[in-house]
Amino acid sequence: MTPEEEKEFKRRRKSRNLVVGGTLLFFAVLFYAITVVRMGD
Amino acid sequence: MQNAANPITAKMPAEWRDFLTLTKPRVMTLVIFTAICGLLAAPGTIHPVLGFTAILAISMGAGGSAALNHWWEADLDRGMKRTAKRPLPSGRMRREDARDFGVFLSAISVVLMGVAIGWLAAATLAIAIVYYAVVYTMWLKPRTPQNIVIGGGAGAFPPLIGWVAVTGEITAMPVLLFAIIFFWTPPHFWALALFVKSDYAKVGIPMLPVVAGEKTTRQHVLVYTLVLAPIAIAPWVIGGTSWVYGSVAVVLSALFTRLAVPVGLRERRGEDPMREEKVLFKFSIYYLFALFAALVADRVLFANGLIGPGMLA
Repeated sequence: MTPEEEKEFKRRRKSRNLVVGGTLLFFAVLFYAITVVRMGD
Repeated sequence: MQNAANPITAKMPAEWRDFLTLTKPRVMTLVIFTAICGLLAAPGTIHPVLGFTAILAISMGAGGSAALNHWWEADLDRGMKRTAKRPLPSGRMRREDARDFGVFLSAISVVLMGVAIGWLAAATLAIAIVYYAVVYTMWLKPRTPQNIVIGGGAGAFPPLIGWVAVTGEITAMPVLLFAIIFFWTPPHFWALALFVKSDYAKVGIPMLPVVAGEKTTRQHVLVYTLVLAPIAIAPWVIGGTSWVYGSVAVVLSALFTRLAVPVGLRERRGEDPMREEKVLFKFSIYYLFALFAALVADRVLFANGLIGPGMLA
Protein backbone atom coordinates (compact mmCIF):
# COMPACT_ATOMS: atom_id res chain seq x y z
CA MET A 1 0.00 0.00 0.00
CA THR A 2 1.44 3.38 -1.01
CA PRO A 3 1.51 6.24 1.54
CA GLU A 4 -1.40 7.89 -0.32
CA GLU A 5 -3.45 4.70 -0.17
CA GLU A 6 -2.66 4.28 3.50
CA LYS A 7 -3.79 7.85 4.18
CA GLU A 8 -7.02 7.22 2.30
CA PHE A 9 -7.48 3.92 4.13
CA LYS A 10 -7.18 5.63 7.50
CA ARG A 11 -9.52 8.44 6.49
CA ARG A 12 -12.22 6.00 5.41
CA ARG A 13 -11.79 3.86 8.50
CA LYS A 14 -12.01 6.90 10.76
CA SER A 15 -15.17 8.25 9.12
CA ARG A 16 -16.82 4.81 9.28
CA ASN A 17 -15.90 4.42 12.93
CA LEU A 18 -17.37 7.83 13.70
CA VAL A 19 -20.64 6.92 11.96
CA VAL A 20 -20.83 3.54 13.75
CA GLY A 21 -20.08 5.23 17.10
CA GLY A 22 -22.72 7.89 16.50
CA THR A 23 -25.27 5.24 15.52
CA LEU A 24 -24.57 3.19 18.65
CA LEU A 25 -24.91 6.29 20.82
CA PHE A 26 -28.19 7.14 19.11
CA PHE A 27 -29.57 3.65 19.76
CA ALA A 28 -28.45 3.75 23.40
CA VAL A 29 -30.43 6.98 23.88
CA LEU A 30 -33.39 5.58 21.89
CA PHE A 31 -33.59 2.39 23.95
CA TYR A 32 -33.38 4.43 27.15
CA ALA A 33 -36.31 6.57 25.92
CA ILE A 34 -38.30 3.49 24.82
CA THR A 35 -37.76 1.88 28.23
CA VAL A 36 -38.94 5.01 30.06
CA VAL A 37 -42.06 5.23 27.85
CA ARG A 38 -42.90 1.51 28.11
CA MET A 39 -42.44 1.53 31.90
CA GLY A 40 -44.92 4.41 32.06
CA ASP A 41 -47.61 2.36 30.22
CA MET B 1 -15.78 -10.36 -7.96
CA GLN B 2 -16.43 -6.83 -9.17
CA ASN B 3 -13.33 -5.69 -7.28
CA ALA B 4 -11.10 -7.60 -9.66
CA ALA B 5 -11.46 -4.65 -12.01
CA ASN B 6 -10.46 -2.25 -9.28
CA PRO B 7 -7.78 -3.81 -7.01
CA ILE B 8 -7.09 -0.59 -5.11
CA THR B 9 -10.72 -0.26 -4.06
CA ALA B 10 -10.73 -3.90 -2.98
CA LYS B 11 -8.14 -3.07 -0.31
CA MET B 12 -10.12 -0.08 0.96
CA PRO B 13 -12.98 -0.16 3.42
CA ALA B 14 -16.09 1.18 1.70
CA GLU B 15 -17.16 4.74 2.50
CA TRP B 16 -20.08 5.05 4.93
CA ARG B 17 -21.88 7.04 2.21
CA ASP B 18 -21.85 3.94 0.03
CA PHE B 19 -23.66 2.01 2.76
CA LEU B 20 -26.19 4.84 2.86
CA THR B 21 -26.58 4.58 -0.94
CA LEU B 22 -27.38 0.87 -0.55
CA THR B 23 -30.49 1.79 1.46
CA LYS B 24 -31.95 3.75 -1.54
CA PRO B 25 -32.62 6.99 0.39
CA ARG B 26 -34.84 8.46 -2.34
CA VAL B 27 -37.19 5.49 -2.33
CA MET B 28 -37.12 5.64 1.45
CA THR B 29 -38.62 9.14 1.52
CA LEU B 30 -41.86 7.75 0.03
CA VAL B 31 -41.72 4.80 2.43
CA ILE B 32 -41.35 7.18 5.39
CA PHE B 33 -44.12 9.47 4.14
CA THR B 34 -46.68 6.68 3.64
CA ALA B 35 -45.68 4.98 6.90
CA ILE B 36 -46.19 8.25 8.82
CA CYS B 37 -49.57 8.68 7.12
CA GLY B 38 -50.61 5.14 8.13
CA LEU B 39 -49.46 5.86 11.68
CA LEU B 40 -51.28 9.21 11.91
CA ALA B 41 -54.46 8.03 10.17
CA ALA B 42 -54.94 5.03 12.45
CA PRO B 43 -57.56 5.28 15.17
CA GLY B 44 -55.83 5.58 18.53
CA THR B 45 -52.72 7.22 19.81
CA ILE B 46 -49.08 6.26 20.08
CA HIS B 47 -46.42 7.91 22.21
CA PRO B 48 -44.18 10.12 20.00
CA VAL B 49 -41.07 8.15 21.00
CA LEU B 50 -42.74 4.88 20.00
CA GLY B 51 -44.16 6.45 16.84
CA PHE B 52 -40.67 7.62 15.89
CA THR B 53 -39.28 4.14 16.66
CA ALA B 54 -41.92 2.48 14.48
CA ILE B 55 -41.08 4.77 11.54
CA LEU B 56 -37.36 4.17 12.15
CA ALA B 57 -37.87 0.39 12.15
CA ILE B 58 -39.89 0.56 8.90
CA SER B 59 -37.17 2.75 7.32
CA MET B 60 -34.44 0.37 8.46
CA GLY B 61 -36.39 -2.60 7.07
CA ALA B 62 -36.79 -0.77 3.75
CA GLY B 63 -33.08 0.10 3.77
CA GLY B 64 -32.07 -3.47 4.60
CA SER B 65 -34.15 -4.99 1.85
CA ALA B 66 -32.87 -2.33 -0.59
CA ALA B 67 -29.28 -3.34 0.31
CA LEU B 68 -30.18 -6.98 -0.39
CA ASN B 69 -31.63 -5.84 -3.72
CA HIS B 70 -28.28 -4.12 -4.53
CA TRP B 71 -26.42 -7.29 -3.55
CA TRP B 72 -28.57 -9.61 -5.66
CA GLU B 73 -28.71 -7.35 -8.73
CA ALA B 74 -25.07 -6.21 -8.77
CA ASP B 75 -24.40 -7.98 -12.08
CA LEU B 76 -27.55 -6.58 -13.70
CA ASP B 77 -26.75 -3.08 -12.39
CA ARG B 78 -23.34 -3.21 -14.05
CA GLY B 79 -25.05 -3.62 -17.42
CA MET B 80 -27.34 -0.59 -17.12
CA LYS B 81 -26.31 3.06 -17.48
CA ARG B 82 -28.65 4.26 -14.71
CA THR B 83 -27.26 1.84 -12.11
CA ALA B 84 -23.65 1.25 -13.23
CA LYS B 85 -22.32 3.82 -10.76
CA ARG B 86 -23.87 2.15 -7.71
CA PRO B 87 -21.39 1.03 -5.00
CA LEU B 88 -21.28 -2.65 -6.05
CA PRO B 89 -21.11 -2.46 -9.87
CA SER B 90 -18.55 0.35 -9.67
CA GLY B 91 -16.38 -1.78 -7.37
CA ARG B 92 -16.40 0.62 -4.40
CA MET B 93 -17.69 -2.09 -2.08
CA ARG B 94 -17.35 -5.83 -1.66
CA ARG B 95 -20.51 -7.71 -2.60
CA GLU B 96 -20.59 -9.74 0.64
CA ASP B 97 -20.46 -6.51 2.65
CA ALA B 98 -23.70 -5.35 1.01
CA ARG B 99 -25.34 -8.71 1.74
CA ASP B 100 -24.25 -8.70 5.40
CA PHE B 101 -25.31 -5.07 5.82
CA GLY B 102 -28.74 -5.86 4.33
CA VAL B 103 -29.30 -8.93 6.51
CA PHE B 104 -28.10 -7.09 9.64
CA LEU B 105 -30.23 -4.00 9.03
CA SER B 106 -33.32 -6.12 8.22
CA ALA B 107 -32.90 -8.30 11.32
CA ILE B 108 -32.34 -5.31 13.62
CA SER B 109 -35.39 -3.52 12.19
CA VAL B 110 -37.69 -6.49 12.95
CA VAL B 111 -36.30 -6.95 16.48
CA LEU B 112 -36.59 -3.21 17.18
CA MET B 113 -40.21 -3.20 15.98
CA GLY B 114 -41.04 -6.29 18.03
CA VAL B 115 -39.44 -5.12 21.25
CA ALA B 116 -40.58 -1.49 21.13
CA ILE B 117 -43.95 -1.69 19.38
CA GLY B 118 -45.37 -5.19 19.06
CA TRP B 119 -44.82 -8.50 17.35
CA LEU B 120 -47.71 -8.21 14.86
CA ALA B 121 -46.14 -5.06 13.42
CA ALA B 122 -42.74 -6.82 13.52
CA ALA B 123 -44.13 -9.87 11.70
CA THR B 124 -45.71 -7.63 9.03
CA LEU B 125 -42.39 -5.83 8.62
CA ALA B 126 -40.56 -9.17 8.28
CA ILE B 127 -43.06 -10.28 5.62
CA ALA B 128 -42.54 -6.97 3.75
CA ILE B 129 -38.75 -7.43 3.79
CA VAL B 130 -38.92 -11.03 2.57
CA TYR B 131 -41.52 -10.02 -0.03
CA TYR B 132 -39.27 -7.32 -1.52
CA ALA B 133 -35.90 -9.04 -1.20
CA VAL B 134 -36.89 -12.61 -2.04
CA VAL B 135 -40.33 -12.81 -3.71
CA TYR B 136 -39.85 -9.69 -5.85
CA THR B 137 -36.09 -9.20 -6.36
CA MET B 138 -34.88 -12.80 -6.52
CA TRP B 139 -37.91 -14.67 -7.79
CA LEU B 140 -40.49 -12.77 -9.85
CA LYS B 141 -38.78 -9.60 -11.16
CA PRO B 142 -36.61 -11.51 -13.65
CA ARG B 143 -39.44 -13.90 -14.56
CA THR B 144 -42.63 -11.96 -15.30
CA PRO B 145 -43.55 -8.74 -17.13
CA GLN B 146 -46.02 -8.16 -14.28
CA ASN B 147 -42.97 -7.47 -12.07
CA ILE B 148 -44.07 -3.87 -11.51
CA VAL B 149 -47.38 -5.05 -10.05
CA ILE B 150 -45.55 -7.40 -7.69
CA GLY B 151 -42.99 -4.73 -6.79
CA GLY B 152 -45.87 -2.39 -5.98
CA GLY B 153 -46.83 -4.80 -3.22
CA ALA B 154 -43.51 -4.13 -1.49
CA GLY B 155 -44.10 -0.37 -1.58
CA ALA B 156 -47.63 -0.91 -0.25
CA PHE B 157 -46.56 -2.32 3.11
CA PRO B 158 -45.35 0.83 4.97
CA PRO B 159 -48.76 2.47 5.64
CA LEU B 160 -50.16 -0.91 6.69
CA ILE B 161 -47.29 -1.44 9.15
CA GLY B 162 -47.63 2.14 10.43
CA TRP B 163 -51.34 1.54 11.06
CA VAL B 164 -50.73 -1.83 12.78
CA ALA B 165 -48.06 -0.19 14.99
CA VAL B 166 -50.81 2.01 16.47
CA THR B 167 -53.80 -0.35 16.59
CA GLY B 168 -52.09 -3.73 17.03
CA GLU B 169 -54.53 -5.36 14.58
CA ILE B 170 -55.07 -5.75 10.84
CA THR B 171 -58.50 -4.51 9.77
CA ALA B 172 -60.11 -3.48 6.46
CA MET B 173 -58.69 0.06 6.54
CA PRO B 174 -54.94 -0.78 6.58
CA VAL B 175 -55.59 -3.44 3.93
CA LEU B 176 -57.24 -0.75 1.78
CA LEU B 177 -54.21 1.53 2.25
CA PHE B 178 -52.09 -1.39 1.06
CA ALA B 179 -54.39 -1.91 -1.93
CA ILE B 180 -54.29 1.79 -2.88
CA ILE B 181 -50.49 1.79 -3.31
CA PHE B 182 -50.58 -1.68 -4.85
CA PHE B 183 -52.93 -0.59 -7.66
CA TRP B 184 -51.40 2.91 -7.94
CA THR B 185 -47.90 1.61 -8.74
CA PRO B 186 -48.58 0.06 -12.19
CA PRO B 187 -50.14 3.15 -13.86
CA HIS B 188 -47.53 5.35 -12.14
CA PHE B 189 -44.56 3.32 -13.31
CA TRP B 190 -45.82 2.27 -16.73
CA ALA B 191 -46.74 5.88 -17.58
CA LEU B 192 -43.05 6.65 -16.95
CA ALA B 193 -41.92 3.57 -18.89
CA LEU B 194 -43.86 4.80 -21.94
CA PHE B 195 -41.72 7.92 -22.33
CA VAL B 196 -38.41 6.92 -20.73
CA LYS B 197 -36.35 4.26 -22.45
CA SER B 198 -34.74 1.99 -19.87
CA ASP B 199 -32.08 -0.61 -20.59
CA TYR B 200 -33.77 -3.37 -18.58
CA ALA B 201 -34.19 -5.37 -21.79
CA LYS B 202 -30.40 -5.38 -22.22
CA VAL B 203 -29.94 -7.26 -18.94
CA GLY B 204 -32.87 -9.63 -19.47
CA ILE B 205 -35.49 -8.15 -17.13
CA PRO B 206 -38.88 -8.64 -18.86
CA MET B 207 -40.47 -5.19 -18.58
CA LEU B 208 -44.01 -5.00 -19.96
CA PRO B 209 -43.41 -2.35 -22.71
CA VAL B 210 -40.57 -4.48 -24.11
CA VAL B 211 -42.20 -7.90 -23.76
CA ALA B 212 -45.84 -7.11 -24.58
CA GLY B 213 -45.49 -3.85 -26.51
CA GLU B 214 -46.67 -0.30 -26.04
CA LYS B 215 -50.35 -0.94 -26.80
CA THR B 216 -50.68 -3.58 -24.07
CA THR B 217 -48.83 -1.34 -21.61
CA ARG B 218 -51.27 1.49 -22.34
CA GLN B 219 -54.22 -0.86 -21.76
CA HIS B 220 -52.67 -1.97 -18.45
CA VAL B 221 -52.27 1.68 -17.35
CA LEU B 222 -55.97 2.29 -17.99
CA VAL B 223 -57.24 -0.95 -16.42
CA TYR B 224 -55.21 -0.50 -13.22
CA THR B 225 -56.39 3.12 -12.95
CA LEU B 226 -60.01 1.98 -13.28
CA VAL B 227 -59.43 -0.59 -10.52
CA LEU B 228 -57.61 1.97 -8.35
CA ALA B 229 -60.45 4.54 -8.37
CA PRO B 230 -63.05 2.53 -6.39
CA ILE B 231 -60.37 1.23 -4.02
CA ALA B 232 -59.23 4.79 -3.27
CA ILE B 233 -62.84 5.78 -2.50
CA ALA B 234 -63.55 2.59 -0.48
CA PRO B 235 -62.21 3.90 2.90
CA TRP B 236 -65.03 6.47 2.83
CA VAL B 237 -67.65 3.99 1.52
CA ILE B 238 -67.00 1.50 4.34
CA GLY B 239 -67.23 4.33 6.87
CA GLY B 240 -63.54 4.35 7.76
CA THR B 241 -63.24 8.06 6.96
CA SER B 242 -65.55 11.05 6.69
CA TRP B 243 -66.68 12.98 3.63
CA VAL B 244 -63.48 15.07 3.82
CA TYR B 245 -61.33 12.17 2.61
CA GLY B 246 -64.22 10.86 0.51
CA SER B 247 -64.61 14.05 -1.52
CA VAL B 248 -60.83 14.39 -2.05
CA ALA B 249 -60.64 10.73 -3.16
CA VAL B 250 -63.57 11.13 -5.59
CA VAL B 251 -62.16 14.30 -7.20
CA LEU B 252 -58.58 12.99 -7.41
CA SER B 253 -59.64 9.60 -8.78
CA ALA B 254 -61.89 11.24 -11.38
CA LEU B 255 -58.94 13.39 -12.49
CA PHE B 256 -56.58 10.39 -12.53
CA THR B 257 -59.06 8.44 -14.67
CA ARG B 258 -59.58 11.48 -16.95
CA LEU B 259 -55.81 11.61 -17.57
CA ALA B 260 -55.40 7.83 -17.92
CA VAL B 261 -58.10 7.41 -20.58
CA PRO B 262 -56.20 9.19 -23.42
CA VAL B 263 -52.96 7.46 -22.38
CA GLY B 264 -54.74 4.10 -22.47
CA LEU B 265 -56.47 4.60 -25.80
CA ARG B 266 -54.11 6.63 -27.97
CA GLU B 267 -51.21 5.54 -30.15
CA ARG B 268 -47.76 7.04 -30.51
CA ARG B 269 -47.36 9.08 -33.71
CA GLY B 270 -43.99 9.99 -35.24
CA GLU B 271 -41.96 12.38 -33.08
CA ASP B 272 -44.52 12.20 -30.29
CA PRO B 273 -43.82 14.57 -27.36
CA MET B 274 -45.73 12.09 -25.11
CA ARG B 275 -47.36 14.98 -23.29
CA GLU B 276 -50.31 12.93 -21.96
CA GLU B 277 -48.01 10.28 -20.47
CA LYS B 278 -45.78 12.88 -18.80
CA VAL B 279 -48.80 14.67 -17.31
CA LEU B 280 -50.24 11.38 -16.02
CA PHE B 281 -46.92 10.38 -14.43
CA LYS B 282 -46.54 13.74 -12.70
CA PHE B 283 -50.15 13.74 -11.56
CA SER B 284 -49.82 10.20 -10.15
CA ILE B 285 -47.21 11.48 -7.67
CA TYR B 286 -49.43 14.37 -6.53
CA TYR B 287 -52.37 11.94 -6.40
CA LEU B 288 -50.78 9.60 -3.88
CA PHE B 289 -49.38 12.46 -1.81
CA ALA B 290 -52.73 14.29 -1.68
CA LEU B 291 -54.74 11.13 -1.01
CA PHE B 292 -52.66 10.18 2.02
CA ALA B 293 -52.51 13.78 3.23
CA ALA B 294 -56.34 13.86 3.05
CA LEU B 295 -56.48 10.64 5.07
CA VAL B 296 -54.39 12.21 7.83
CA ALA B 297 -56.33 15.49 7.69
CA ASP B 298 -59.55 13.51 8.01
CA ARG B 299 -58.28 11.76 11.15
CA VAL B 300 -56.98 15.01 12.68
CA LEU B 301 -60.33 16.77 12.07
CA PHE B 302 -62.20 13.79 13.52
CA ALA B 303 -59.92 13.56 16.58
CA ASN B 304 -60.56 17.24 17.29
CA GLY B 305 -64.31 16.79 17.02
CA LEU B 306 -64.64 18.94 13.90
CA ILE B 307 -66.26 16.15 11.84
CA GLY B 308 -68.14 12.96 12.63
CA PRO B 309 -67.18 9.47 11.44
CA GLY B 310 -68.55 7.64 8.44
CA MET B 311 -70.05 8.47 5.07
CA LEU B 312 -73.11 10.24 6.45
CA ALA B 313 -71.13 12.75 8.49
